[in-house]
Amino acid sequence: MNAKASIARRAALFPRDGDIVNLGIGIPTLVADYIPKNVKVYLHSENGILGVGPSPVTGEEDPDLVNAGKLPVTADAGAAYFDSASSFGMIRGGHIDISILGALEIDAFGRIANWAVPGKAVLGVGGAMDLLEGSRQIIATTLHLTKGRSSKIVPELTYPKTSERKADYIITEYAVFKTDSEGLILIEKNPSVSIDFLQTHTAANFRLGLEEESFPVTDERGQL
Amino acid sequence: MKESFCTCRVKSFREEGGKMKPVLSSDEAVSCVDNGNRLMVGGFGLVGCPLSLVHALYRSGKKELTIISNNLGEPGKGLGILVQQKRIRKGIGSYFTSNPDVVRAYQNHELEIELIPQGTLSEAIRAGGAGIPAFYTAVGAGTQLAAGKQEMRFHDRLYILQEALKADYSFIKAHKADRLGNLIYRKSARNFNPIMATAGKTVIAEVDELVEIGELSPDEIVTPHLFVDALVLKEEGV
Repeated sequence: MNAKASIARRAALFPRDGDIVNLGIGIPTLVADYIPKNVKVYLHSENGILGVGPSPVTGEEDPDLVNAGKLPVTADAGAAYFDSASSFGMIRGGHIDISILGALEIDAFGRIANWAVPGKAVLGVGGAMDLLEGSRQIIATTLHLTKGRSSKIVPELTYPKTSERKADYIITEYAVFKTDSEGLILIEKNPSVSIDFLQTHTAANFRLGLEEESFPVTDERGQL
Repeated sequence: MKESFCTCRVKSFREEGGKMKPVLSSDEAVSCVDNGNRLMVGGFGLVGCPLSLVHALYRSGKKELTIISNNLGEPGKGLGILVQQKRIRKGIGSYFTSNPDVVRAYQNHELEIELIPQGTLSEAIRAGGAGIPAFYTAVGAGTQLAAGKQEMRFHDRLYILQEALKADYSFIKAHKADRLGNLIYRKSARNFNPIMATAGKTVIAEVDELVEIGELSPDEIVTPHLFVDALVLKEEGV
C-alpha cells in the first residue's frame, strides 16, 4: 500500500456512523474507498450535493453530476441537491461534522496552509477557507515530507495560511498527531518508524502521548 | 414587474404587458449588453454554465466586461473563450487556477482578478439579491484575502465585512422553464444559478426544455418566475 493510501485508510477511521463528511481534493478523495462497511457516512460536496455516491462506471457519467473536483460522481439513495449559498451555509453554519483536508504545510499549532504557494499568483481558493473555518472537526492529511525530504510540519508557516482555525488531527504516513492549545501531540505512530525518526523528520516540536503502537497503515507484511 | 435597464426586446415585451417571458435567440438575448457591463454567469466550471449565451456573448464582440462567476471556464471552453479573446476586464470568483489562460492574462496585466472564498462569493450574491448590502463572515479573517476589509469581533471571534454583489445581467442555466419563467434545475448543475437569478437587474435563463404553464409542480420550482426576464433555449453544438 502506498503512502497516500495508508493516510486515507487511517483517516477513514475517524468518521462515526451517521456523520456528514466533506472530503477535499487529493489524499482526502481516496478516503471514501476506505470507510468501514459498518459505518454509514453522508458525503457533502460543496458544489451542492449531500449524499455523493461512488464514481460512475465508464460510459454512464452524467455531465450534470460532478463533485467539487469536477469529477463525475453518482448520487446515493437519499441524496439531495442544493444551490451554492445553501451549501456553504451548511459549511459555515457548523452542519458538517468532519472535513478531511489536504495540506501543503502545517504549523506547530496545527494551522494549515492549503490554498496558495508563495511567489505564485494567488488566483484560486475555492472552498478551502470556508471548510476549515466552518466544519466541526478538521482532519488534515498530508505526506510527512516534501519531495525534497523536508518536513511539511513546520514551526511556522512559510505558505499563506488558510485560516487561524487549527486542525484537530493531522495524519501522515508515519504518524497521527492531535492538537491542543499548546501544540501537537503524537498519539499514534507507524510501527515501521521510531520516535527518533519522527523527531528528526518533523521540524515542529511535538509532545508524546502515544495511545497505541498499532497504527494500521502498513500492509500485511508491515510495509508502507 | 422588476426594474430593468435593458432597452431591447426584453423591455419591449414588458411594455406589451405580456405575462409570458420572451423566448429569445441567444444573439437577441445578449444584444442589449453594453461594453463594460457587469455580468453574473452561472456554473461550477462548465457544469451549469449557460454555454449558448456565453457563445453569443463571444459573437457579439462585447468587451471590457466584468464577470462574476466561480471560474472563468477552461482554455477555449465556456467563459475561457472570452478570456482568450481578451473581452474580460475583471473576473470576480473563487477559483481561476484551473484555467492557465486566466493565470497568463493576469500575469500580463490584461485581466484583473478579485478572489473571494467560494462560500463568501455565493453569500455575497445571495445577499445582493435579497437586499442585504454587506455581511460579516469569519471565513478569510486573518488571511491574505482579508486585505483591505473591515474587521469586527463578535463574541471574541474575528470577522471581516463582505459587500454584496449585484450585476447588470445574470446569465443562468436551468433545466426546464415554463412560459412564465419558473425554473427547475438538474443535479449539481444548480450550483450558483438560483442565487444569480436573484442578483441581476436583467436575468436571462438558458434552458434545456420549455414547458407549458402548469406542467412544473409548484413544489419543485426552485426559481419563481418573478426573477426571470427572458428565456433562451439551449442551442445544439455548444
